[in-house]
Amino acid sequence: MINIEINGKQLEVPKGSTVMDAAKQLGIYIPHFCYHKKLSIAANCRMCLVQIEKAPKPLPACATPATEGMKIFTHSDQAVLAQKGVMEFLLINHPLDCPICDQGGECQLQDLAVGYGESASRYQEAKRVVTNKNLGPLISTDMTRCIHCTRCVRFGQEIAGIMELGMSGRGEHSEILSFVGKTVDSELSGNVIDLCPVGALVSKPFRYSARTWELSRRKSISPHCGLGSNLIVQVKQNRVMRILPRENEEINECWLSDKDRFSYEGLNSEDRLSKPMIKRNNQWITCDWQEALLFVVQNLKACVSQYGGRAIGALGSPHSTLEELYLLQKLVRGLGSNNIDHRLRQSDFRADNYQQGIPWLGMPIAEVSNLKSILIIGSNLRKDHPLLALRVRQAVKSGAQLSIVNSTDDDLLTKVAQRAIVAPSELVRTLAQILKAIIEYRYVEIADKIKETLTKVNVTDVTRAIANNLVSNQPAGIFLGNLSQHHPNYSEIFLLAQEIAKVTSAKLGVFGEAANSVGAYVAGAIPNRKLGNLTTNGEEVGLNAIQMLNAEAVSACKAYILVNLEPEYDTYNPQSALERIKGAEFVVSLSSYKGNITDYADVILPIAPFTETSGTFINTEGRVQSFNGVVSPLAEARPAWKVLRVLANLLELKGFDYETSEQVCTELLSDYGNVADHLNNRINEFTVNLNEANVNGIERIGEVNIYQSDPIVRRASSLQLTRDAHYPRAIISPSLMEKLGLRVGDKITIKQGVGESQLEVEQSESIPDNCIRIASAFNQTATLGGMFGEVSVKRM
Amino acid sequence: MLSTESLKKIDKEIAKYPADQKQSAVMSALAIAQTEKGWLSSETMDFVANYLDMPPIAVYEVATFYNMYNLKPVGQYKITVCTNLPCALSGGNDAANYLKQKLGIGFNETSADGRFTLKEGECMGACGDAPVLLVNNKRMCSFMSNEQIDRLLEELKK
Repeated sequence: MINIEINGKQLEVPKGSTVMDAAKQLGIYIPHFCYHKKLSIAANCRMCLVQIEKAPKPLPACATPATEGMKIFTHSDQAVLAQKGVMEFLLINHPLDCPICDQGGECQLQDLAVGYGESASRYQEAKRVVTNKNLGPLISTDMTRCIHCTRCVRFGQEIAGIMELGMSGRGEHSEILSFVGKTVDSELSGNVIDLCPVGALVSKPFRYSARTWELSRRKSISPHCGLGSNLIVQVKQNRVMRILPRENEEINECWLSDKDRFSYEGLNSEDRLSKPMIKRNNQWITCDWQEALLFVVQNLKACVSQYGGRAIGALGSPHSTLEELYLLQKLVRGLGSNNIDHRLRQSDFRADNYQQGIPWLGMPIAEVSNLKSILIIGSNLRKDHPLLALRVRQAVKSGAQLSIVNSTDDDLLTKVAQRAIVAPSELVRTLAQILKAIIEYRYVEIADKIKETLTKVNVTDVTRAIANNLVSNQPAGIFLGNLSQHHPNYSEIFLLAQEIAKVTSAKLGVFGEAANSVGAYVAGAIPNRKLGNLTTNGEEVGLNAIQMLNAEAVSACKAYILVNLEPEYDTYNPQSALERIKGAEFVVSLSSYKGNITDYADVILPIAPFTETSGTFINTEGRVQSFNGVVSPLAEARPAWKVLRVLANLLELKGFDYETSEQVCTELLSDYGNVADHLNNRINEFTVNLNEANVNGIERIGEVNIYQSDPIVRRASSLQLTRDAHYPRAIISPSLMEKLGLRVGDKITIKQGVGESQLEVEQSESIPDNCIRIASAFNQTATLGGMFGEVSVKRM
Repeated sequence: MLSTESLKKIDKEIAKYPADQKQSAVMSALAIAQTEKGWLSSETMDFVANYLDMPPIAVYEVATFYNMYNLKPVGQYKITVCTNLPCALSGGNDAANYLKQKLGIGFNETSADGRFTLKEGECMGACGDAPVLLVNNKRMCSFMSNEQIDRLLEELKK
């Protein structure tokens, strides 16, 4: 610790602090532009000049380390004179276009010019003009306004992991730009809009649509990835105008992914439903709520009396709130059915009966940054969890060894120490190799059953190196990504990961796929246990998502209740899901969007998205975050929890007398106790099967595109224009291209199950041999079967 | 993209720095690439970026910062005249004007025969020899009176 004095006040600061840090500690504001607490120090705007005793001239507070006995004056005549001088220079080339600038009202330059600028300029010469750049569909530029703080450049280098913007030229010719004609494609790019202290980089979708002082700021929680990023939703005249991050050091820090930031456009989509609709005599008619609800009640009752309660199946989206999912399961269980699930894209449920608790991240989100060794199994991390990828990048920067076991070799924009890129059917074997390598490395007790299976595998150099990383660097974390969770051998993957974690004393985590993946378990939206209790209480276990939607299943559901999902995009196997749902006698869909629902439903109830209802999400680290609606529901759309409550009342079910969503939440959580006590990634009593891979043909690697993952983001028009959202292609390794005699750009027909799809071929070295990477959740691929499995390929 | 000799030269530059700091060689790599290609197209810069494992924009930053890198095609001889203050006080502007008149081109232009490009340069560290100019970044010419310039152009035209 060192003692310094700022403006006559004594204080102690840790060694290595800058004058800026010290002033912050005292709550003294020093004007600045280029300084940002999360970025490296550039000291190029010079706005933070302060007077320091015995220094011959003013020094930049952001880059000057505090030293013992230093006396600093932040508001002395010399300091203010220096700051005013800097401001005059900054304003020389800055246009006076505040009245038409989107940043007006929330502009740091504008604010500081009030304090440090003169009322008139002494500059008489010509101002420079800089041409605008096309940075893609999300960021709009006005480069003449740029003051060259380089925050956007440093963000790319240090946080996003990819330097897409740079400063070209020198002196008066300096310009911020991307490399010749390239757009900014990072999935975190929107953050540069917040970072830009002037109006040079502004939001393209929001541009010219509102003034900051017309907007009310309301708190909310992101409904997309499992992180539950904290949001500020800005509203004007009952319409969501834009979304900004709300700082939460433990979750999203001060960042937001582009998905969280720009998906609000989907809330105002043309496709929103404004009234309930009923299909009568094959004609869709809009009707009032009363009629629609009575229609649902009548049909559900008829179904129950004819086939029994078990004929009803309910599927809820993991992007739905805790309250919605809780009431949904309470309703179907009230009707006598345990057929409820939220794990719509999971295909392997064999571990269900052995799970000891709710799968979760295994540690607080912030702890990911502090790991020294990380093994990620089956994850398209950057696209599935952009802000977790950022945490991993931070960990690697501070020395963590990152290993990847995956079926695609996507650039994580960070240093990957070891990678094993194998076909989906080889994932289990690869994990077994790692486990074996660890056991060879140091003797540890493991179950005989597993030991026996391990004799069948041979350790490779890569898997040995991964094992080595995990053993020799602690603390270690092992994570299962979305690809693992969708994999047909999820149980084996889970079990082996658990064993690897056990023998290396690493923590095991599951990346929550959706905002409420943990919450859905808490709500009890699972077939085998009420409220996530471990016992089934003697009840018959219901059908899980895959059983409810499997076209070949004998135990069919006669009626489906769908909440907040589009089965052709949100399920593991859209082909059989649609067949099942179309074949049902009665389908009610609670949805915010019309989409293709009229193809298979009998009644559509318009529900409110997250901005129009109060609710709760429990994120992947088990954090319970409640939020209020920020606008009132569109037209006659209603919050799903209210719809389900009224429906239950009309069905004469007991215990549905809720006035507010808080009552629902309180009832659930007071019964449930502490959520943290139920989080547990252990599974018991399970043997791992290492049969020879039985895929003979070409294997599909299914994934969900970053901007296709849920109904809201699918309708976010600007995100759909980004490079990440591009039209789905069939991505194949060079050797398979050659084997099939294909050339880049060829059109091929892919056949899977009973359906087929025509796609363009793209070549990529990142795909293992004999595999074909085809994204699901697109219109063009919704005709295909499961996300994994065999496909056949034919040239058109 | 670049010839084996150029790549060999670049490798030699890379070897001067620690293995994980290949990008330190970016300035010499660009100079070598420019010597071979005559100028730095965005494809060339992209190639250098890939070769040194650095983002293309970072290469572009360097290439645009220094004005000895040619970002557009230049003539066979690029003549850079210093017009900074000490040179300007000792006839630098006169030398530049004489060159403009002789070649019939202005700054940043190339003569119709593709032989000469005229550039305005920054201080070359030889103010005592003013007026000074550079030919193709490598050859330094001092005390460039009109007669000297005539002689130089004669020689280059051969």
